[in-house]
Amino acid sequence: MSGEQNKAPPAVTLAALFFGFSKIGLSGFGGVLPFARHYLVESSRWMTAEEFNQQLGLCQFLPGPNVVNLAVVVGRRYGGLAGACLSAFGLLAGPVAIVLLLALLYDAYGALPQAQAMLRGIAAAGSGLLFAMAFRMALAIKRKPFFLPFTGLVFVAIALLRWPLPAVMLAGIALSGAVAYGLLRKDEA
Amino acid sequence: MSVLLELFTEFALLSFVAFGGATALLPELYRVVVEHHHWMDATTFAHLYAIAQAAPGPNVLVVTLIGWQVAGLAGALTATLAMCLPMSIVVYLLFSHWDRFKGARWQRAIQLGVAPLAVGLIFSGATLVGQSAGLGWAGWGFVLAVAVFSTKTKFHPLWCIAAGAVLGLAGVV
Repeated sequence: MSGEQNKAPPAVTLAALFFGFSKIGLSGFGGVLPFARHYLVESSRWMTAEEFNQQLGLCQFLPGPNVVNLAVVVGRRYGGLAGACLSAFGLLAGPVAIVLLLALLYDAYGALPQAQAMLRGIAAAGSGLLFAMAFRMALAIKRKPFFLPFTGLVFVAIALLRWPLPAVMLAGIALSGAVAYGLLRKDEA
Repeated sequence: MSVLLELFTEFALLSFVAFGGATALLPELYRVVVEHHHWMDATTFAHLYAIAQAAPGPNVLVVTLIGWQVAGLAGALTATLAMCLPMSIVVYLLFSHWDRFKGARWQRAIQLGVAPLAVGLIFSGATLVGQSAGLGWAGWGFVLAVAVFSTKTKFHPLWCIAAGAVLGLAGVV
């Protein structure tokens, strides 16, 4: 497997990047990352699973929409600046067009009581799905006694006190990152 | 024009603290768009989130819809670009150096430290979406049911969304 990583990347045209990422963008609801992995690693075979994880690592480490960042990284690898732009554009163009059509419908019919009732139900489902996602992510956190208190503090600061997020995140990263740094240093000593 | 500029600067700024992606940013989007700028009311915000949930595509699309609501097509494109472009440039320039700092202790410490914060943000977003949708007891009961169902089973999330649409139309939620 490690031999494959050193292999030159397969030739991928700009058109293939655009259409590949269009397909990824349109294939998932509420996030397309699993589809990106499936398409890039299994169906198109543009990269190995290790390469995918390695590239995703940076995209998840940095802030911003992870999948857009991934499109930029993959596009850049195969097509330089043009590849990066076309991949990100391909990823977003289709979904943006669909969502704008829905926005037109919302402008036209959103005030109807039926539409209001239906959207309230969907928002409730969306809220439930978010709780489930947060719960799954909380279970995956390592060293829970050290880190779950930070989850609670962020919830209090953001959801209850309504403090601005940039300040909360910067303070949070400083504190929680310091705890993590200390734990890592202790582990490796 | 000045609204577009405001949209761009607000969202570009937020993209730098969007650890956990656009989903983790929901509570701050709500604060900026509903509470600070009064660009829309809470119910509309919840509706836009609902529309984004029911459409295919990356999570960042809720930002596109917010931009649309604020300033039409130009607003939609501006908001989307503002959210995606800054970190795209950073990731483009940084990628060839990733090997050099990947695995360094400070890098792993940040990664480890950010995760619990992102979880807190998503719990907050879940709460705010429910609150701004104006749910009653039955509504919150349905939220709880979806949360449990989605945690315990492998059904596609669209089933929950369809159930929400039907129950909403029926006047239950």
